[in-house]
Amino acid sequence: MTPSLASLIPDLTPVLPGLVFWVLAGLSVVSAVAAAMAPKIVHAAFGLMAAFFGVAGLYALLGADFLSLTQVVVYVGGILVLLVFGVLLTGRAKAQLGLEKPVRVGGAVAAGTALLLGLLLAIGKSDLSRSPWLSDLPEPQGTTHAIGRALLDPEQYLLPFELVSVFLLAALVGAAYLVRRRRDAS
Amino acid sequence: MTGFLEHIGLMHFLTVGAVLFCAGIVTVLARRNAVGVLIGLELVLNAANLNLVAFDRFGPAPLRGSVFAIFVLAVAAAEAAIALAIVLNVFDSRDEIDVDEVSALKG
Repeated sequence: MTPSLASLIPDLTPVLPGLVFWVLAGLSVVSAVAAAMAPKIVHAAFGLMAAFFGVAGLYALLGADFLSLTQVVVYVGGILVLLVFGVLLTGRAKAQLGLEKPVRVGGAVAAGTALLLGLLLAIGKSDLSRSPWLSDLPEPQGTTHAIGRALLDPEQYLLPFELVSVFLLAALVGAAYLVRRRRDAS
Repeated sequence: MTGFLEHIGLMHFLTVGAVLFCAGIVTVLARRNAVGVLIGLELVLNAANLNLVAFDRFGPAPLRGSVFAIFVLAVAAAEAAIALAIVLNVFDSRDEIDVDEVSALKG
């Protein structure tokens, strides 16, 4: 009598969120550091893309499904493409500048490390012991419906929502105005 | 032994956020290329958003953090568009995207 195949596979359910968390956190952190340190600006942009995907995965792990997809659409599909276009359009300059001289990189890394230590100290000191573990929280419900309701509810976020739409329009017009070709200029 | 796999808490997400934030700050400080500085800014905004969503999940008021994060997302998109327009404009008129060289407004 052979044991069934299913009984041979260990039950991963309790450790699955942790496993997913560490993979996504590792992806985000490694690619963020790569974005900071890559000598070429295009490589930094690709590091940024991987970091965006990692953070989107962390959002999904936190139950924020709508935000996770929005992150991919807006950041990867919008902002990152914009940045790559920026690299493309400014590429011909002597400006294939990557990092600065080593002195400045050293200073920046020192400042960043000091800041990180301070932040970690603050996180360590803060009393998070009463905060529950992720596995103890109730099952996440989909947030899309609730977010839509909240954004269009006059008693909640309707005013900021409308203001943001006007703001985005202003930004769009402003950006188009800034990069228009002047007739009288050479 | 698998405690570090089973117990994922608020502090873990805050730590990832802190690391992303510091990577962004280092990028802003170390790069001369204006587009590189923008890349650092996006990292910083992402770290802030991650913290907001984590507090939303672990905190007492559901949805608030998520909605705030959505507004941050909209502002980040507008910021990227405007900043890139300015960078391209400066590059057009001065052939320069080194943030240290563009100092005409320096006091």
